[in-house]
Amino acid sequence: MEPTSPSKNSPFPGPEHQEPQTSVPAAASPWKEAFRQLIKNKLAIVGMIIIGFFIFIAIFAPLLTTYTYQAMSAADRLQPPSSTHWFGTDDLGRDIFTRIVYGARISLMVGFFAVIGALFFGSLLGIIAGYFGRWIDMIISRIFDIMLAFPSILLAIAIVAILGPSLQNALIAIAIINIPIFGRLVRSKVISIREEEYILAAKAQGMKSGRILFHHVLPNSTAPIIVQATLGFGTAILEAAALGFLGLGAQPPTPEWGRMLSDSRQYIQSAPWTVLFPGLSIMLVVLGFNMIGDGLRDALDPKMKS
Amino acid sequence: MKKALFLSIAAGTVLTFTACGDNGGTDNTETDNNAAETNNNEAGNEGGEEASQPAEDQTLIFARGGDSVSLDYASVTDGESSRVTQQIYESLLSFDEDSFEIGPGLAEDWEVEDDGLRYVFQLREGVTFHDGTEFNAEAVKLNFERWADPDHEYHFADEGYAYSVYGTQFGGFEGDEGHVIEEINVLGDHEVEFVLNETLGSFLQNMGMSYFAMTSPAAFEEYGSAINENPVGTGPFQFVSWSRDDSIVLEKYEDYWQEDLPKLDQVIFQVIPDNSARLTALRSGEIDIMDGLNPDDIDALEGEEGIQMFERATNNIGYLGFNADKEPFDDPEVRRALNHAIDKENLITLLYADMAEPAKNLIPPDYLGYNDDIEPYEYDPELAEQMLDDAGHAGLEIDLWTMPVARPYMPDPERAAEVMQANFADIGVTANIVSMEWATYLEQTEAGEHDLFMLGWSGVNGDPDYFFGNLLHSDAIPGGNRNFYRNDEVDSLLDQAKTSIDEDERAELYEEAQEIIHEDAPMIPLVHSIPVLAGSENVQNYVPHPQTSEPLTEVEISE
Amino acid sequence: MLAYTIRRLLMLIPVLIGMSLITFSIIHLIPGNPAQTILGEQATPQAIAQLEEQLGLNEPYLVQYFDYVGGLLQGDLGQSLRTNADISSEILPFLAATIELTIFAMVFAVIVGVNAGIISAWKQNSLFDYTAMLIALIGVSMPIFWLGLMQQWIFAQELGWLPAFGRSNPRDPVETVTNLYLIDTLLSGRPDQFWNSFRHLVLPGLALGTIPMAIIARMTRSSMLEVLRSDYIRTVESKGIHKMSVVYRHGFKNAVIPVLTVVGLQTGTLLGGAILTETIFSWPGIGRYVFDAIGNRDYPAIQSGILVIATMFVFINLIVDLLYSYIDPRIKY
Repeated sequence: MEPTSPSKNSPFPGPEHQEPQTSVPAAASPWKEAFRQLIKNKLAIVGMIIIGFFIFIAIFAPLLTTYTYQAMSAADRLQPPSSTHWFGTDDLGRDIFTRIVYGARISLMVGFFAVIGALFFGSLLGIIAGYFGRWIDMIISRIFDIMLAFPSILLAIAIVAILGPSLQNALIAIAIINIPIFGRLVRSKVISIREEEYILAAKAQGMKSGRILFHHVLPNSTAPIIVQATLGFGTAILEAAALGFLGLGAQPPTPEWGRMLSDSRQYIQSAPWTVLFPGLSIMLVVLGFNMIGDGLRDALDPKMKS
Repeated sequence: MKKALFLSIAAGTVLTFTACGDNGGTDNTETDNNAAETNNNEAGNEGGEEASQPAEDQTLIFARGGDSVSLDYASVTDGESSRVTQQIYESLLSFDEDSFEIGPGLAEDWEVEDDGLRYVFQLREGVTFHDGTEFNAEAVKLNFERWADPDHEYHFADEGYAYSVYGTQFGGFEGDEGHVIEEINVLGDHEVEFVLNETLGSFLQNMGMSYFAMTSPAAFEEYGSAINENPVGTGPFQFVSWSRDDSIVLEKYEDYWQEDLPKLDQVIFQVIPDNSARLTALRSGEIDIMDGLNPDDIDALEGEEGIQMFERATNNIGYLGFNADKEPFDDPEVRRALNHAIDKENLITLLYADMAEPAKNLIPPDYLGYNDDIEPYEYDPELAEQMLDDAGHAGLEIDLWTMPVARPYMPDPERAAEVMQANFADIGVTANIVSMEWATYLEQTEAGEHDLFMLGWSGVNGDPDYFFGNLLHSDAIPGGNRNFYRNDEVDSLLDQAKTSIDEDERAELYEEAQEIIHEDAPMIPLVHSIPVLAGSENVQNYVPHPQTSEPLTEVEISE
Repeated sequence: MLAYTIRRLLMLIPVLIGMSLITFSIIHLIPGNPAQTILGEQATPQAIAQLEEQLGLNEPYLVQYFDYVGGLLQGDLGQSLRTNADISSEILPFLAATIELTIFAMVFAVIVGVNAGIISAWKQNSLFDYTAMLIALIGVSMPIFWLGLMQQWIFAQELGWLPAFGRSNPRDPVETVTNLYLIDTLLSGRPDQFWNSFRHLVLPGLALGTIPMAIIARMTRSSMLEVLRSDYIRTVESKGIHKMSVVYRHGFKNAVIPVLTVVGLQTGTLLGGAILTETIFSWPGIGRYVFDAIGNRDYPAIQSGILVIATMFVFINLIVDLLYSYIDPRIKY
């Protein structure tokens, strides 16, 4: 075995990023049991409420506000929070509450698609590497090593520099930098399952590789993947905000939270609300995903049950 | 007395902090408004009797947003480089402290002969470079030849140096067709002549530019292409050290040719990229002058004790250009209609916090030949819509090309595009904002791929030809004329004005050209922006020059 | 142990080659003509053509790649397009600035994180435990650029307790030898400057150190909990040794490995994460160097900056791995 070489290197890591040590659930209904554990976890419940709230405002954004996120008004520049503008206005006189609400759509969307993308390609490469082994494994693992040799935000910046700054390219960059994280996780799971008796039995019966992979190997790797994906949402949202902050993500007038922060930072003294609310929103969403992720890990990891 | 003064300043600082704590520093201007107005701009000169006591520590810290690129001034065009090299180097002529009026510099006197084909400069005697080398006619010849000749041993072509400003100002390089300097002759130890093969109206203006300053010949010998990090000139300050992206330290040159100058012992150019951090540093006294004050902070700063503000005269234009080679922008009526659509005042309120003037001509207002009789296209969306309809282009859909980087004339291009997009929407024109990487943007607009594009231009020598010749002359296609504007009459007026050396004649020619240009409307002139600086009240005699930077020779710190 | 070290070093070779390939490709993948970008909107076509020629970007890729690697092996990182200076010497002060900041942040993260983790584990389910873990959870969810901005606003701009930018007082420049200001100021015998540089480190250091601190606290707590539950500790405890010393002496010794892993990992991460902190606090470090280089399309500088950071990261990981196997030889590879 290779050493458990340090792998995860996001500057905005979620919790420990240990690979969750989930063994193949043996009980009759492991998922039910896990769910029972999860809803007993208070932090996870709080996390679900937070995320539920943000999903709600993202979906019903137009109903929650009477303003549009791009409408400018010279007369309303930099107004402090009030009953007409709950979170105040920015330097172009736009309503910050409205921009936060619409921004929830952007952040959740980026988190979702970046994780799905990374998950899909990461799992694919991880399965191929783990199942076929040998030189295929060699090449894929080395590629993962090389990608992980770059601090991830730096790699994302380089990718965006190549593709050009836009929300879509930021999303692609975040998906790419997360591929090796899922890839390694899946690979190690596949390797440990590969030699299990029932797989060997399936092989002996002449089952095709593809069928074995999708019917046996993949389902048995889901638990750690789910945990990692949940935590990954938070990380992806943070990374997208960081790119936006550096001007490499969403472009105006898109109400992306990170971009709102950097656009307003010069007003931090004269109009602190312009910086306060976007930052709080980012933190809350990430916190929500981290709470759920922690709860899921505890629920799915039998070792932690006491 | 000194002590009392110090205390009052300290009290001012304390007040500032309380004010910020209470209301975010937005609204504490009422009481001290009068004081602020007198402080504004001229405070440096009229600091009053008690304030003019020079302080013991004559170190000035000038904070700015970005670092210099190179201290080989002629090879780079960024303002942050010349800001520093102006302290170290001097040119043959110099500009007046707040205008582009030329006066003696390293040359005490000069004559124009042969109807502007020959210039003879009498150089100042007893001037030495910081390394002790004597300044003389040979040094002048060497400096000019090294820029003109790409094969010159000090042109450093192999090391990647390019002296593009020389090419722009003197019609190219040695061997190029348009290169106007035929030869440079040393007539005596301190007398040098320039022989031109064609008259050049801006020749003397060019001689005042900080790009054409004098470097010590011995320094080329010693440092070679590392001259960009080891500047040696004749200026009031000499180079001490440079830590990249952080600070450049200069100290007083003791043998400076002007008696009792400079007054400062040390000047430090400090990089602080963030506007608000720079302001904090000024308020806490860590720095003395800051460039790039956020216009929104002006209100808060007015009346703040211990702080004064400086306005720099405007010297640029931000514009929205049409591609006259493309339909329907080949129709002047369409261009005029769209000129009526933009609300410049609103743009200035939103993006410049009123620190800009609406533009009606290409050149800034205090330039030679500025035609103030031009009636600007008034903001009138209904008229604009009507005109567009009459021209048969109602409901037009256009691509609005937006520059990806901020410039002094366009501090936030993306936001400006959003504002103008809304203006166009009001007259039924759909503007799609198109953005791309900066170099691509410049290449594609040069190649004429665009409909409408946003760009600007900053003056370097106070000469109108630098604007007209580069932006609206048909010779500048492909090149700076991204409007693809061709008008033979305008071309001929500009040519005459360029080669004429009679100022009045030039002014008339430019005024006439502006009338035609206004009628043709090849672009929508948007704004001339006014940069604002802030400084400690103790800074005396600081006068911002329209050229984006100025020598700090006379500046002094008072107690 | 030696064999393992050699094996780990050999494994680095493909990684380093891959890294050089990636950084080299960046030049050719980034759109835009570098000559045009460098000269800007006021450049003449002739000037652009001239600069293009000088940059020699017209040679075949393969030739350029081998030139590049050849240069790297001799410690030559090329010349910056923007400043014309040798990158290998130009980059050193930036690197030193980042190293100083990173070490400071890491020391803070370890001291606070480890202690908070140990106490939390020891007093499991106490108010302290809950509070510390809630703070840690918020800490890992915090956008560091926002945290930095808020700290700068409150402690520098509003309260005026600490400087808002840079590494030292501009009026009193530090005499540089190593470019690590804390060391340089001591070398030149200037305790006042030392104190000043230290004050400049505090805000960016805290901002940068917060996330690792939170992670270390959580990691320390969970590994301490495992150790504390073990029979070994119970036995020691039954012998009546004072509890605090048990926790610290025996417990931590066993929890050190997972913590070390996190420490190593996070130091590497900090190198990359520093880009955001450096932007906010005007810290002239390597993160900002790369970011500025991207803005200026200074390809050799982008390449080299990324390569330098990645190389440091790889070697820190290597050192951590080696330490790991040194401290606990039971781990088989």
